[in-house]
Amino acid sequence: MTEVQTPPAAAPAAAGPSAAPGTRRSAKVKEAATGWLFALPFTILLIAFLLLPMGYAFKISLYRSTLLEGEVFAFFDNYQQAFSDPLVREGVVRVLIFGLVQTPVMIGIALVAALLIDATTSRFSRFFRLAAFVPYAVPVVIGTLMWGFLYSDSIGPLSGLGIDFVSGDTVLASLGNITTWQWAGYNMIVLYAALQGLPRETYESARIDGASEVQIALRIKTPMISSALILATLFTIMGTLQFFTEPLILQPLNPGAITQHYTPNVYAYNQAFSFQQYNYSAAISFLLGAVVFIGSYIFLFATRKRSALR
Amino acid sequence: MSLKKGSVAAHVVMGLMAIYFLLPFWWLLVAATKDNQGLFDSASLWFSDFHLIDNLKALFSQDNGVYLTWVRNSAFYAVVSGVGSTVVAALAGYAFAKLRFPGRNALFSLLLGLIMVPATALVLPTYLLMSQANLVDTIWAVILPSLLNPFGVYLLRVYVHDSIPEEMLEAARIDGAGELRVFTSVALPAMKPALVTVLLFGIVASWNNFFLPLVMLSDDQLYPLTVGLRSWYMSAIMGNGGAATFSVIVTGALMAIVPLIAAFLMLQRYWRGGLTIGAVK
Repeated sequence: MTEVQTPPAAAPAAAGPSAAPGTRRSAKVKEAATGWLFALPFTILLIAFLLLPMGYAFKISLYRSTLLEGEVFAFFDNYQQAFSDPLVREGVVRVLIFGLVQTPVMIGIALVAALLIDATTSRFSRFFRLAAFVPYAVPVVIGTLMWGFLYSDSIGPLSGLGIDFVSGDTVLASLGNITTWQWAGYNMIVLYAALQGLPRETYESARIDGASEVQIALRIKTPMISSALILATLFTIMGTLQFFTEPLILQPLNPGAITQHYTPNVYAYNQAFSFQQYNYSAAISFLLGAVVFIGSYIFLFATRKRSALR
Repeated sequence: MSLKKGSVAAHVVMGLMAIYFLLPFWWLLVAATKDNQGLFDSASLWFSDFHLIDNLKALFSQDNGVYLTWVRNSAFYAVVSGVGSTVVAALAGYAFAKLRFPGRNALFSLLLGLIMVPATALVLPTYLLMSQANLVDTIWAVILPSLLNPFGVYLLRVYVHDSIPEEMLEAARIDGAGELRVFTSVALPAMKPALVTVLLFGIVASWNNFFLPLVMLSDDQLYPLTVGLRSWYMSAIMGNGGAATFSVIVTGALMAIVPLIAAFLMLQRYWRGGLTIGAVK
């Protein structure tokens, strides 16, 4: 125990500005040592499970494994291959389309829901707030399994509609519905918290001027929470670029539609674990990680609003 | 209220949305009470013959009772990772906020710089490194990477910085408390609300984790629920012999989310607290 080292008698004296310089220096040294000690476990983990894997992924992405010579240094060959690989391009285009459609739909639903619970105070409104948020408490794997059953044409409740939810044409929309169901409530709470932080007087005066509730919601409240909206949009887009769990789980329902290269992450996973192409897989992972990483920072700096990273 | 009409419209919209969000749960609850034949034959949104007890028996005896092992594994991974990552984050967050040590700013900038590195990009290289260390297919492969929570460190640093005044710590030091004592008896109690939030998010993140254990584990005795249920689902869809029936999987899914929803309803205050700190600040 470190506290034993402080002589009790010296304590009152150390309070005044007249404390001996030696005591103060040793206190500083002790503070620095404690600081390092406290930060050490985190630093070790940061190195072992973030910096090291990142560096390792980059390193092996520069190599190729060949039958004759084993691992050979190949500069950016894997990256060149990734850029010209039509299967990578297909996955990238798919997640981009997915992000461009699903993100506004989901954020839109979340915004409407947030504005509604902000404007109403009934018991149903409180119940609704919980109902919308519950799907977020369900693990993505289980939420996807549930929807897999709901989409089933033999046991699902939607079978009467006569729609094949996992055909080549519909499966992307079906996946979009799962993520919307799972994440809309989460984003609703985030936006609702932002709405609750607004000064009420602003729209009191608009109300006196005869503005309708809808006008207040769309013209006053929504612009005032634009930074929260931007952040929610950013995190959603970053999530969709990494799309993985939902397509992987629904894959057995229609392997012809949800292919082994359905999204970049699914492709990287299959390259590594179905085909043992670790080097190529590392290149794809690293590229994807870099895009998400750089995209996040450009977005945050470009918006320059009060953001999560002060 | 002059806005009665608007309020009715608002409630209709909320009602429709609530049906969308809750209908899958209703279906799951109803489906878990049917036997496998009933799943195919009866109307899917209403009860028919009641077989929940039989389904539970089948669930807990499928593949020699492996489901219960998965529940235990999930709980174990979640608690160890959650508590471990919170302890690590509390120490580091406090050090970043209140202790002056050489390299502090550099280290914290590094953290801010790396906070946006997506976890999915790290799974493959972490797997390869773990396999060199002979840790693949052990509990450590799942637990150790989950102990790192840069966002938790960031949250706690902000919280300590904003809510614990320097004078409070100074007063304890003057009273003769050493640095460790100042941390455990002054700072930690003041950090409690933020710690609970970080702990909750850590536990839930680990309970929900799929990609990491999917890649790291091949022994089904070590699977968490997420990976285990997915393996049953795969076999059932493929129609493998001896595979769990849909009724067993549906019951397994229901059993897996009931405790989560209960915990979530009881602890909502902390959930919302955490989301607000994380997203709006």
